[in-house]
Amino acid sequence: MIDILFYVFAAVAIGGSVGVVASKSPVASLLFMVVTLASLAGVFVLLEAHFLAAVQVIVYAGAIMVLFLFVIMLLNLGHDYQKDLRWGLASLLSFAVVGLLAGLLSTRLGGSALGGGAGAEVIDAAIREQGAVGAIAQPLFTTYVVPFEITGILLLVAIVGALVLAKRHVE
Amino acid sequence: MITESLVLSALLFVLGTFGVLIRRNAIIMFLCIELQLNAVNLSFVALSRLWGIDGQVFVFFVMTVAAAEAAVGLAIIISIFRHYETVNVNNFNLLKW
Repeated sequence: MIDILFYVFAAVAIGGSVGVVASKSPVASLLFMVVTLASLAGVFVLLEAHFLAAVQVIVYAGAIMVLFLFVIMLLNLGHDYQKDLRWGLASLLSFAVVGLLAGLLSTRLGGSALGGGAGAEVIDAAIREQGAVGAIAQPLFTTYVVPFEITGILLLVAIVGALVLAKRHVE
Repeated sequence: MITESLVLSALLFVLGTFGVLIRRNAIIMFLCIELQLNAVNLSFVALSRLWGIDGQVFVFFVMTVAAAEAAVGLAIIISIFRHYETVNVNNFNLLKW
């Protein structure tokens, strides 16, 4: 059952990302991206990352995609149907090279250490003990508390940078 | 399921890279970069089944950086659009104006 669900989500994710790359209209591309993100959230649930699945739907498919949609509507690019796909020898060659690289990586990683690994049992025990949010909050606020604070500074810098870049210059 | 997730992640990353290389619409290029980030997130989550929950914490950080990058990148796109009246990157050939 879980395997069937995984393959359904994987097929939808791949189809959605093909739609992102190939569709002419930016709005259609964006909606395909939302489909891809939602099915990736399903894959996260199957991999027992429940909190990340919720964050994926709320932050990615909700907030970030709405930001993209705002910009498309603001700049009135919804009818920007110009043919900008570049099919040619160079693009096919780049697809082949990157595909070979990714295939090599996945076979190397997939074949090496998949037998053992105590990570799954540890995570399942932590989720049973502390809940799905507590299991990820425990390392986030102890081991990784300094990167967490730096992330706050990064978000502040991003807000200020976006304001400075996007405001009209008043001479 | 971990191997299948890694293969799915590799496929999504390749599709994202392909999109960045062949599309010339700046917003769709950004969407393809987000696709690549999501592929990496998927492999982090899959490998966290092997090596503990630290991978999921990294996914949390990657999502934050992706949000910051989207905000700043879209602000840059707006600023460029005001100057050139287009978001096709073939027309962008100046670093400063």
